[in-house]
Amino acid sequence: MTDTSKLKASNKRAGRKIGGSIAIFLFLTVLGLFMVFPIYLAIVTSIKPVEELFIFPPKFYPMNPTLDNFRDMFRVLGQMWVPFSRYVWNSVFVTVVVTVAQCIVASMAAFVLAKCKFPGNGIINKIIVVSLLYNSNVIYIMQYMVMSELNLINTTKALILPSIASAMGLFLMRQSMSQVPDAMIEAAKVDGANMFTTCWRIVIPNQKPALMTMSIFAFQGAWNIQGGSLVYDEAKKTLPTVVQQAASAGLARAGVAMAAAVFMLIPPVVFFMLAQKNVIETMAHSGIKD
Amino acid sequence: MDKDAIGQRSKKEQRHYVWMQMKQNKECYLMLFPFMLFFLVFTIIPVIMSLPMGMTDFNMVQFPKWVGLSNFYNLFISDAIFVKSIRVTLVFALFTGPISYVLCFLLAWLINELHPKLKTIFTLIFYAPSMANVYTVWQLIFSGDTYGIANAVLINLGINTYAVQWLTDSQYILGVVIVVQLWISLGAGFLALRAGFQNIDRSQYEAGAIEGIKNRWQELIYITIPSMGPQLMFAAVMQIVSSFTADIVARNLVGFPSTDYAAHTIMTHAFDYGWVRYEMGYASAICMVLFIFMFLANKLISKLLSKYMD
Repeated sequence: MTDTSKLKASNKRAGRKIGGSIAIFLFLTVLGLFMVFPIYLAIVTSIKPVEELFIFPPKFYPMNPTLDNFRDMFRVLGQMWVPFSRYVWNSVFVTVVVTVAQCIVASMAAFVLAKCKFPGNGIINKIIVVSLLYNSNVIYIMQYMVMSELNLINTTKALILPSIASAMGLFLMRQSMSQVPDAMIEAAKVDGANMFTTCWRIVIPNQKPALMTMSIFAFQGAWNIQGGSLVYDEAKKTLPTVVQQAASAGLARAGVAMAAAVFMLIPPVVFFMLAQKNVIETMAHSGIKD
Repeated sequence: MDKDAIGQRSKKEQRHYVWMQMKQNKECYLMLFPFMLFFLVFTIIPVIMSLPMGMTDFNMVQFPKWVGLSNFYNLFISDAIFVKSIRVTLVFALFTGPISYVLCFLLAWLINELHPKLKTIFTLIFYAPSMANVYTVWQLIFSGDTYGIANAVLINLGINTYAVQWLTDSQYILGVVIVVQLWISLGAGFLALRAGFQNIDRSQYEAGAIEGIKNRWQELIYITIPSMGPQLMFAAVMQIVSSFTADIVARNLVGFPSTDYAAHTIMTHAFDYGWVRYEMGYASAICMVLFIFMFLANKLISKLLSKYMD
């Protein structure tokens, strides 16, 4: 409870008028409704019976809500040759490994790139940004060639390893860590901490907002890994691949496709909420002090 | 300062100096190693391998055949659709890029002014579209028959008497795609800016209040923006990437190819040659041109933002 009261106190800053706050709230609400409307529509469509898709004027709510679309989706999924739980497990495994590995590997590299001076630092930073801009259709073919050279094709590793080094995650962390005061790192050094300890004990705990943001991106990316051409064993495929198959096999495509999209959206949203909650809680305890 | 000192030494001494520096920082290299290993194998090597592809004729079956610059020559001289796609891409990027960037920043800031509990909810609301893979729902909104929501609303209100072909009339296609792209564009950049706002040291604001900052606006201009340089840069790069390379929305929404190529971006063109016609050499030449555009945009933005960077 003390935390929230502290938060409230710190929110009282220069020239905050209650009128302004209300105006901001109203503005965001109106815009927010516009943003949410299509998602609301997707959810409504997923619980509408087929015949209600063709009514004029279209209704923004289902008259006879039904879970048929979800049932259809799961029925198709259930009839597959490999049990549904297998796909769920594959996806969960890939998502957890990729998210954790990406965050650890990128945080460490970002710390070094942001806060250490060593030969090669500048050029690596430049390469990271340029690689974000370089978007070629041909990369996938070359990646495939590299992976087949390493005998990774049709293994779960093919889904995991290429996603571990995320240039975007590294760039985000690097940018954020460049704001860490040098004095903090110097102080740690004086206290006898080596780079590794400084990174994990001092800097990263202070970078919760950026770290959580990166983990959201990582989770989202990993959860949606399809790897259709990399893995062809049915037992190694991930959830997005099969859900898409199920959605396109259904009768009323709009409804089932929406059900699939809504279903796939749940884990990232839950993860997002947890991560954001974490950010706000930690910000109540610690701010970076010079 | 160090640089001048090095300049006066001989080549050999210089190399020795760099070597000493590298030895001193071996911890740094060790911490960088895991990332660089994966980055090298799965990004750098494929990129380097793909670089010469633009100068070949490659159908993915036979070994690539070297054709020099003729792909690029064909692109600009005899490929009228490519020239059109450049125009579409620039219009698209000029609309979605800056508008979405400003929106990202504005919304991230306004959300930051709210009560902590509301922050999470609003962040989720604005971020949700880029997380949800439901842009196909816009097909229901802009459907060309009267079951489409946009048409139904317009007809019911008496503004229109007929159903507009939003997704197939070349007059509206690009506009519709831009709207949908803006809807899903509050993504990585937006979240990074939200994180940036949360990372600012509170004591700076307290100090600012004492020094005579009167309202939110002054606080934003004098304290917040100057200390958000890194996040502003990150959001800008993300914005460049998403506004120049967006093609999935258009392909799924208005068809591929779109009527009169009205929403045919460079990326769509590359997709066409790469994954429909299997002319990978030509496709990579197209991607190369796109990369040059993005690189220039990035240079321009870095220059504009340089005053906020250290």
